Amino acid sequence: MGLSVMDAPEGGSAEMVTEQIAQALEDVFAVRVTVRQQAWIPDGAYDRQRGQYNAPLVLRSVLEGAASEPPKLLAVTGGDLFIPMLSFVYGQAQLGGRAAVVSIARLRQEYYGLPANAALLAGRARKEAVHETGHLFGLVHCEAPDCAMRLSTNIRQLDMKGDRLCSGCAAMLMERVI
Amino acid sequence: MKAQWQILVVDDEEIMCESMAAWLREDGYAVDTASSGREAIEMARRTEYAIHFVDLKMPGGIDGIETLMEIRRIRPDASIIIITAYATVDTAIAAMKEGAQEYIVKPCNPEEISLLVSRIIKVKNLQRENMILRKKLARQYHFHDIISKNARMAGILEMAREVASLRSTVLIRGESGTGKELVARAIHFSGDRAQKPFVAVSCAALAETLLESELFGYEKGAFTGAAERKKGKFELADGGTIFLDEIGDISPKLQADLLRVLQEKSFYRVGGSEEVRVDARVIAATHKDLRAAVEEGRFREDLFYRLNVIEVQLPPLRDRREDIPLLVEHFIERISHEVGKDVRGISDGAMRVLMDHDWPGNVRELENAVERAIVACRSGTLGEDDLAFLQENGSGRQFRVPANMTLEEMEKLMIEAALKRTGGNVKESASGLGIDRSTLYDKLKKYGIER
Repeated sequence: MGLSVMDAPEGGSAEMVTEQIAQALEDVFAVRVTVRQQAWIPDGAYDRQRGQYNAPLVLRSVLEGAASEPPKLLAVTGGDLFIPMLSFVYGQAQLGGRAAVVSIARLRQEYYGLPANAALLAGRARKEAVHETGHLFGLVHCEAPDCAMRLSTNIRQLDMKGDRLCSGCAAMLMERVI
Repeated sequence: MKAQWQILVVDDEEIMCESMAAWLREDGYAVDTASSGREAIEMARRTEYAIHFVDLKMPGGIDGIETLMEIRRIRPDASIIIITAYATVDTAIAAMKEGAQEYIVKPCNPEEISLLVSRIIKVKNLQRENMILRKKLARQYHFHDIISKNARMAGILEMAREVASLRSTVLIRGESGTGKELVARAIHFSGDRAQKPFVAVSCAALAETLLESELFGYEKGAFTGAAERKKGKFELADGGTIFLDEIGDISPKLQADLLRVLQEKSFYRVGGSEEVRVDARVIAATHKDLRAAVEEGRFREDLFYRLNVIEVQLPPLRDRREDIPLLVEHFIERISHEVGKDVRGISDGAMRVLMDHDWPGNVRELENAVERAIVACRSGTLGEDDLAFLQENGSGRQFRVPANMTLEEMEKLMIEAALKRTGGNVKESASGLGIDRSTLYDKLKKYGIER
């Protein structure tokens, strides 16, 4: 699968976590991850009023800019994402589809007025990347407490879960891939 | 247990609709979208959604409040959540007055929506479970619980409904598994005896003496072990209905006793001398041909006519195949909930297998087959593989046609099988296959089959 880094004028880069994410995806999904740099998040996706990027529009541009290979694409950005209905999302994916996007804006300790913590940021980014990629492989939310597919709607919930799939989700993944 | 619940998102802005739907799908729900109030109302008419998210402001004639009112009219129990970009107190009050369950202002916190949805679904799950359990507990079935669109069944049910409040004896005939007890219960619970007991007795399950004391009760000391007086089923059914299943199996002595109850409305307990009066409506059932039994002298003619005042003949399932899809849908919904599996539908191929099966055990067999398939099913849809057991012990009339097989390949296999069976005898094989010898020779050459 392809992993691309999208820098955002508002929010910055996500480059520092790409290596960790690539490693996590290779471990969990047994796929080869090729990291591809893509300079900027599309301008058109920025909503000036909200000061955030529109996730469905970002996904659209990921798909439009993609070559026929690879079959699954994950974009990582420093920009804060939203869908029109919700105040924010950590990420969004096409369920069982090709493209997903993860934002690290709200994964940084600085967002909550705390000192930066690179290890914590990378850990959170791994969880979110595994979560959205799970959706790409057709997995839906899981109730198991430390499964990466558990829904987290705030940072505490994100910190409580793990960056691996529970045995149930892993089995479902096997079924879908084979 | 999420996917069995469907959610509808209504908004004129496509990106709003689609992103919300995508977000909810990630949570495992089946989500549909509508871009106008009119479309939403049409969809709500066709499908029962657990939750409707309706945008308040929509152009094109029907706004959110009107959509809400119309959906509530079609589905009074629907949960509707009104969405708006800016909150004004008036619209919030109007929406709640018209029965909106919640009112949310976009953009909304994801946590809030997630909690709201799971709260509503939790209640829906409990409501459904409660309904199933109540029905199971009371087994109070009504005519609308009998699923059929077969014209003959409709006539039978109409007649049964008409006689529900009479006291006349009913004889229900039908193969095993056709739903004789279900019809008996429906007759009882639709009539004016509904508040009184319905007592079912299977006459085939018990030996003669046991059945006698079971039906009529016994006095203390009537036989060894009769330490207390015990009421029989007829007494327990006083004022209500007694259902005598497998009536064709009872002994001549019991036939005489039963005739007496039907004529005199009274009986004696086993070992008793006190006459017990009872007002119980009798509904009897049998899978046997009682008329033939009467002719052969195995069943009393006078009892037969007493029982057969109103006759209900239930057709076997193979004579009402059009009901199979309806029944299957009903069983999938009920059983998947009961066994806690998320099975929502059935593939066309699997449905064809069910339609083609002969169902000697009728609806009960179909129900068991669906349950077995659901337990084995590893996806959200029952497939042909899940029903493989039907073909294993099937009637032999059915065989499995492998996927992707061409007619020619099939023909070759049949010829090879015929030759094997006849020990390579071409004449015999040709006659078995229904073709002449020269045609078979041509085909052997064509397919390169060695004799």
